[in-house]
Amino acid sequence: MIFGLPIISVAIWLPIVFGILVLATGGDKNAPLARIIALVGSVLGFLVTIPLYTGFAHDTSEMQFVELHNWIARFNIHYHLGVDGISVLFILLTAFFTPIVVLAGWQVIEKRVAQYMASFLIMSGIMIGVFAALDAILFYVFWEAMLIPMFLIIGVWGGQNRVYAAVKFFLYTLLGSLLMLVALIYLYNQSGGSFAILDFHKTAIPMTAQILIFIAFFFAFAVKVPMFPVHTWLPDAHVEAPTGGSVILAAIMLKVGAYGFLRFSMPIVPDASHQLAGAMIALSLIAVVYIGLVALMQSDMKKLVAYSSISHMGFVTLGFFIFNAYGMEGALLQMISHGFVSGALFLCIGVLYDRMHSRNIADYGGVANTMPVFAAFFMLFAMANSGLPGTSGFVGEFMVILGAVKANFWYAFAAATTLIFGAAYTLWMYKRVIFGAVANHHVAELTDLTLREKVIFAILALTVLGMGLYPLPFSEIMHVSVNDLLVHVARSKLP
Amino acid sequence: MDLMTSLMPASAEIFLLIMTCVILIADLLIKQSDRLATYVLVQFTLLSCALITVGTHENGVVYAFNNMFVDDLMADVLKLLTFLAVSMMLVYSRQYLIVRGLFSGEFMVLALFATLGMMVMISANHFLTLYLGLEVLSLSLYAMVALQRDSAVATEAAMKYFILGALASGLLLYGMSMLYGATGSLELGAVSNAIQSGAADKNLLVFGLVFVVSGLAFKLGVVPFHMWVPDVYHGAPTAMTMLIGSAPKLAAFAFVSRILVEGLQPLVQHWSGMLIILAVASMALGNFTAIAQTNLKRMFAYSTIAHMGFLLLGLLSGGIEGYGSAMFYAVVYVLMSLGAFGMIMLLSREGFEADNLDDFKGLNQRSPWLAFLMLLLMFSMAGVPPTVGFYAKFSVLNAVIQAGHLWLAVVAVLLSLIGAFYYLRIVKLMYFDAPESHAPIAAGSDTVLLMSVNGLGVLLLGLLPGALMSVCAVSVQQSLLLH
Repeated sequence: MIFGLPIISVAIWLPIVFGILVLATGGDKNAPLARIIALVGSVLGFLVTIPLYTGFAHDTSEMQFVELHNWIARFNIHYHLGVDGISVLFILLTAFFTPIVVLAGWQVIEKRVAQYMASFLIMSGIMIGVFAALDAILFYVFWEAMLIPMFLIIGVWGGQNRVYAAVKFFLYTLLGSLLMLVALIYLYNQSGGSFAILDFHKTAIPMTAQILIFIAFFFAFAVKVPMFPVHTWLPDAHVEAPTGGSVILAAIMLKVGAYGFLRFSMPIVPDASHQLAGAMIALSLIAVVYIGLVALMQSDMKKLVAYSSISHMGFVTLGFFIFNAYGMEGALLQMISHGFVSGALFLCIGVLYDRMHSRNIADYGGVANTMPVFAAFFMLFAMANSGLPGTSGFVGEFMVILGAVKANFWYAFAAATTLIFGAAYTLWMYKRVIFGAVANHHVAELTDLTLREKVIFAILALTVLGMGLYPLPFSEIMHVSVNDLLVHVARSKLP
Repeated sequence: MDLMTSLMPASAEIFLLIMTCVILIADLLIKQSDRLATYVLVQFTLLSCALITVGTHENGVVYAFNNMFVDDLMADVLKLLTFLAVSMMLVYSRQYLIVRGLFSGEFMVLALFATLGMMVMISANHFLTLYLGLEVLSLSLYAMVALQRDSAVATEAAMKYFILGALASGLLLYGMSMLYGATGSLELGAVSNAIQSGAADKNLLVFGLVFVVSGLAFKLGVVPFHMWVPDVYHGAPTAMTMLIGSAPKLAAFAFVSRILVEGLQPLVQHWSGMLIILAVASMALGNFTAIAQTNLKRMFAYSTIAHMGFLLLGLLSGGIEGYGSAMFYAVVYVLMSLGAFGMIMLLSREGFEADNLDDFKGLNQRSPWLAFLMLLLMFSMAGVPPTVGFYAKFSVLNAVIQAGHLWLAVVAVLLSLIGAFYYLRIVKLMYFDAPESHAPIAAGSDTVLLMSVNGLGVLLLGLLPGALMSVCAVSVQQSLLLH
């Protein structure tokens, strides 16, 4: 509680209220005011989530900061919020990135500023809701509501092919969600009339039903992660989305899918999860290796980072489905690190795009000569993306590989190739864009980072380095919850 | 039973009939420039009817006129919502009709007669009363569609509507006569008992049922009896389309559930199978065909077909869950369709109908607020939370799954995914495209206000849907299942 208010609710609704405020105070006609209100709202939104970290009890896997109110009595649906060691970090991550995207769009977005800022603020609240919801329908409402602002963000402020990308994004994710809804209603009837996720965890379910439920959840979550072969919406959406949209997509929204596996699939249908783990691992490894190779061939920077995201998320799902503590904790750390790193990379590309209006690698070359400070930051994030020790990217990947070795040597072998591919595509892109002689007169006219951009990158650089050198504050908070989840998943739930 | 006790439950109907006749005569004395007086009188009548309905409400189920008429909670709730829908329709269409020279006494009197027909349908407990209500409603609607005499499309629509409507009525009557032959009664409760007792001729019953279901399907506009819907929706002036597409769905829900649930419950195995076919075919054809439409009214016509298919899913699932969810779905659908057609009228102006998809291009630049309201309505129709349309779909799906038709639920969600595409296209047009015209939106403040209430209502009911859901469940429980 802060000032007698429930923290999670404040974290969800404060950005949303500010989003409405942005629209209400003059709207697009008064852009400077809209920007300032959005910044204040997003910074406040981040500050209110800090007590979730400082007040978090590390020694229990119980839900904390719980809020429970009746919502729809007829279906026994509650407004039920809470966090455990798995979800708390993602709430902070979400709130952390909102001010960054507000700042990133500060000057670049000139068209309908208020609507842009409001979309991101509302989106931030909704995503926190996804991570904090403990009632399946509340979760579903947040989960689907997330689509509306993202659809608008891609479609209104995106690049040339934005309409196609926005519609593809929406329909792809809606397909998965609707099947999940059917599964949730089935579980409601199985669990004796409760929509509480924690009750679902205890419900016994026969094997066939478990498999079907797993598949329904798989459609919902795998599309969001995205896993091979339902990943094709991501490169389109990323390429067409404005910088802020790409950042939120990569940093937060992909994590929502992976989080779903931890909160729903694995604990609700553990037997099916074990049964189908082989397939999941296979898909994850395909993502890691094959998508890594695809990334190598990209000529568009944003597409390259998008494919790199899919490959990295393959690591995450691999870590989940080898069912050991190293794998799972590593995967969670990888998710957080990937949030920072991919967000930072998209911001880097955004910086170049704002100046050159091109994402083509071939249009660049020798940027280091005109933008040395930028080149240094970009270098750090590129290294982190390829998993260099000392950066945050290393910790998660290393732990997942360690976990994979325990499960099966060949899993680890295939997964470890990412260290080579990852370095290859990231650094090759870096080399072609940054080094060499100045490619053309556009590059020669580039100006280095502004103060606003420097601040954004400095914060992200510190986080990436900090997490790489001293990951304990991140890992200790999830430790008990992860172990508890593993114990739970190891028990059969067949009736 | 003495006459007065019979008249009490029907007092709202009687009052409406008297007032309609009074308005019909009074309107002759009113000059066209003072037509607003008629309008105010009509709104006043509807409000009074609502108050009378509330005032004469009694707990439990009250029968009147030798069991031909029933007054129960479901009837009262549906009637109140019907008054609301008709009254909203009048507010939305006032300006639209004035501009087109259709703002006449006949329009309003016919609307009141249609309301009377709906009320009778809602409260009917007898095949003849049901038929009477249906015909009062239908005849008023035929005339309303034809009201724009100089429009060829409208006349064609009226003609189609009339002929196919008459055919459907014929089917319905034929089916009813067979049921009467088999059971020896026209009263729903007696029919149900007769079938239950097993004395009735099974073949005759099933034959009658097929005709009755076909007739109902015609009236609901579900596949394969849907052909009139797109033409009528498209051809009729938008105000009439709005009336056809809104309140009568409530009456139709009452009509169908009274016949099938109260009268023919013992034949549930037979009719639920038929409804499955009708529902799946409607959702499939409605959603797929809507994608191909460029005219918004036609698109909404096909979307209605799909929505009615979804409503049937609730009905065929049975129990409080099933009937309650179907009623909730009907109420929510009426709210959304009022908003959607209201928006078309709001954007129309003299000599211009905003009923093409392209007319919505760039609405966000012309009026962000209206675009936002339309966005809410469209996402609600697509069933995306946090709008109320999601809970309508959710409660129906829940009923379907509880009834054990898991595959049907999967089919339904896959088809509504296809439906999402064309609703999404409207949002796309409003937000992603540049406007084609920059004509100012010439809507009165009353319509804009009502539109705001309507659009935000969709959102607010989506945030707090519990109360309305419970009302529907309780009314269904007290009315359809108690006896």
